[in-house]
Amino acid sequence: MNPRRKKRLLITSSLIAGLSLAIGLTLYALQQNIDLFYTPNEILNGKNETGAKPEIGQRLRIGGMVLNGSVQRDPESLKVSFDLIDNKAGQVTVYFDGILPDLFREGQGIVAQGVLKSTNSVDAFEVLAKHDEEYMPPEVADALKGMEHLKTESELAK
Amino acid sequence: MLPEIGQFTLILACVLSFLQMVYPLYGVQTGHQGAIRSARILTILQFVAVAFSFAILAYSFLINDFTIGYIATNSNSAMPWYFRLSAVWGAHEGSLLLWVFLLSGWSIAVALMSKRLPIESVARVLAVLGLLSFGFYLFVILTSNPFDRTLPYFPIDGRDLNPLLQDFGLVIHPPMLYMGYVGFSVAFAFAIAALLEGRLDSAWAKWSRPWTMAAWVFLTVGIALGSWWAYYELGWGGWWFWDPVENASFMPWLAGTALIHSLAVSEKRGVFKSWTVLLALSAFSLSLLGTFLVRSGVLVSVHAFASDPTRGLFILGFLVLVIGGSLLLYAIQASKVKSRGRYELASRESMLLINNILLIAALIVVLLGTLLPLVHKEIGLGSISIGEPFFNRMFTILIVPFALFLGVGSLFRWKRQQLNDLKKPLSLILILSVLSTVAFLFIFAPFLTWLAVLGTFLGFWIIVAVVYEIYLRSTHRHAFSKGLMKLGNSHWAMSLGHLGLAVIIIGITMTQNFSIEKDVKLAVGDHITFEHYDFHFDQVDALNGPNYTGTVGIFTVKQDQKQIAVMKAEKRLYTVQRMPMTEAAIDAGITRDLYIAMGEQLPDGAWAVRIYYKPFIRWIWLGPLIMAFGGILMMCDRRYRSKKENADQDTITADKEGTQNA
Repeated sequence: MNPRRKKRLLITSSLIAGLSLAIGLTLYALQQNIDLFYTPNEILNGKNETGAKPEIGQRLRIGGMVLNGSVQRDPESLKVSFDLIDNKAGQVTVYFDGILPDLFREGQGIVAQGVLKSTNSVDAFEVLAKHDEEYMPPEVADALKGMEHLKTESELAK
Repeated sequence: MLPEIGQFTLILACVLSFLQMVYPLYGVQTGHQGAIRSARILTILQFVAVAFSFAILAYSFLINDFTIGYIATNSNSAMPWYFRLSAVWGAHEGSLLLWVFLLSGWSIAVALMSKRLPIESVARVLAVLGLLSFGFYLFVILTSNPFDRTLPYFPIDGRDLNPLLQDFGLVIHPPMLYMGYVGFSVAFAFAIAALLEGRLDSAWAKWSRPWTMAAWVFLTVGIALGSWWAYYELGWGGWWFWDPVENASFMPWLAGTALIHSLAVSEKRGVFKSWTVLLALSAFSLSLLGTFLVRSGVLVSVHAFASDPTRGLFILGFLVLVIGGSLLLYAIQASKVKSRGRYELASRESMLLINNILLIAALIVVLLGTLLPLVHKEIGLGSISIGEPFFNRMFTILIVPFALFLGVGSLFRWKRQQLNDLKKPLSLILILSVLSTVAFLFIFAPFLTWLAVLGTFLGFWIIVAVVYEIYLRSTHRHAFSKGLMKLGNSHWAMSLGHLGLAVIIIGITMTQNFSIEKDVKLAVGDHITFEHYDFHFDQVDALNGPNYTGTVGIFTVKQDQKQIAVMKAEKRLYTVQRMPMTEAAIDAGITRDLYIAMGEQLPDGAWAVRIYYKPFIRWIWLGPLIMAFGGILMMCDRRYRSKKENADQDTITADKEGTQNA
């Protein structure tokens, strides 16, 4: 091989090695950081698509509507718990220690990110509420489809 | 009447952009001089037309013309005038009008400031810009017309702008970011024009370099502003969330950063040319992809506007056309490009190649993390989200070789470097950077973590290397002070760009490792102490703004019994949209920020309060400013300014350099 070809070979192979290393590392890191989205019903009965139930200790995201009257606060600290429901029979309790977002309300769709604590409760480290009146995460909108009557009840309660 | 005129001039601009695309190309093909020269005039006319449209929309916002649907949804007569003005780009339709307005601004800048380029080249570049403008005009006019009326039943008052956006940050963040996004269209147009012409020489790299740098400077500042805005406005003190929309702006930045480095090699050494062209095409394609992701509503994010499938489909079609077309052209023409220069493995060329590989790797990471959730959902595997830890881990891995090579890279000579000559400087840099790291951590770090040591070391490695390199260059031929004066602008630009990165790395390291974040329950009269700071919750007052009401919590902060700040954290309720907003109180400093945000009021009357201590967080935004300043210096370099020397001479000297180096 002449030096020029040798250099090209070296550059090309180092490019390929670098890229495959990057992709390998990326996929490895990805595997550990993908959080699946569940509705309350899916947490109890398994995902709609695959039927897979989450395992206790698994990181996940859950989205649903905050059940009216379910918000309970600890008088001494910022600990709070509330129940999430969906348009099926699901009901899951979420525990959170921290400040709830400005738009958190009973009867409103929210998303929480956290770890499955028991088969029907989640320890959340982040709670997100919708950003404005029109906007709702599509997953939550799906989970709440057909629940309009519940929403109006909550609005009447105000 | 006025809005109709605005609509009319917008359509006029659309037609002019079509002509701007067709005529010059026809002229170049047939050699018709009149058609070639029409490029400049059409560009100027197009700019005037769209500027008129934009001015009319802005004026309509100022006079509260709620007969325009877009204004009725996004403004309110109680808003102060400057927010009414910035509301022009507060939502989808207006921000697209801003987009086309800026695009025509870049086009006219090219038309007016490229007098020393061959007129055929300018005609081709302007034609490509005309094509891009035409696509976006069609998009605005067909799917998102900002001048649509609400007549005959128009509202008495508007529905107000989203309160998150009623802020000084929004007045400047989107225009800056868009200037960056759109600015890459110039580099794109230069690349396409060069491919059409089949001529890619060093002169091409030289012409497109200042334009690319200008776009990069805007994008850098735009992203930094966005991060700063998120920090003080979203109310939870984060500065980067790996939100898909942030990623959408970060991807063109990574490609653009690779591009400015690769352009330098193409200009100075005549190698990497086809790679540079590919980068120029990708930087703008990624800008378009970002627009698609943000505007089509396929993404869930703070920035997502109400989604509309036809809009998404239109941009997707345009995206496929532009990216597909440019890649096809590249595939056909790139083989004609020959790189003449040669270089050894140990050379500055190789160092810049490594820089490019790492930047592209980072780009792939971000692209994957952004698009995978979309793909996952579309193929029916359910919704997923990819968390911050993924991005953080990948960037922690990538930044190590990036910073190490960056430090030594500028010490390497072009073409060939004797590695033995580097032993002494490298060991000196290593010793000095270890010493600085130890000293810095000893003063500022309350405790040690591996990542803190690593990050600080990388930052100082770059700083020491940059300073040492400046010292070497300036003492090369002259005495130090005289040599320092003789260093060119481009050299300072490089040094400042690298220093900026070092400042960012140190800022991120300190903030991520040593921040203290406390979410506490406080009643009026309570206090909390940490890090020698004593926060005393004095009182809660009522608040009355022009279009909001609310409460303000007043805190006194003492350090060692001495009062250092009174902080007022606001909780606003915007009356039109009934939307609560948190306005954090921030006591800023070069080595630390104190940050207080009011949460909700609890049933027993106490408040949930976030109190944060954020060391060195200002450095995260100081770094990009230093980088941007470097970029501006580079654009002011003498060789991009001289007007007398004409383009032919450029080509000749570039060729001469090429042969000398071969």
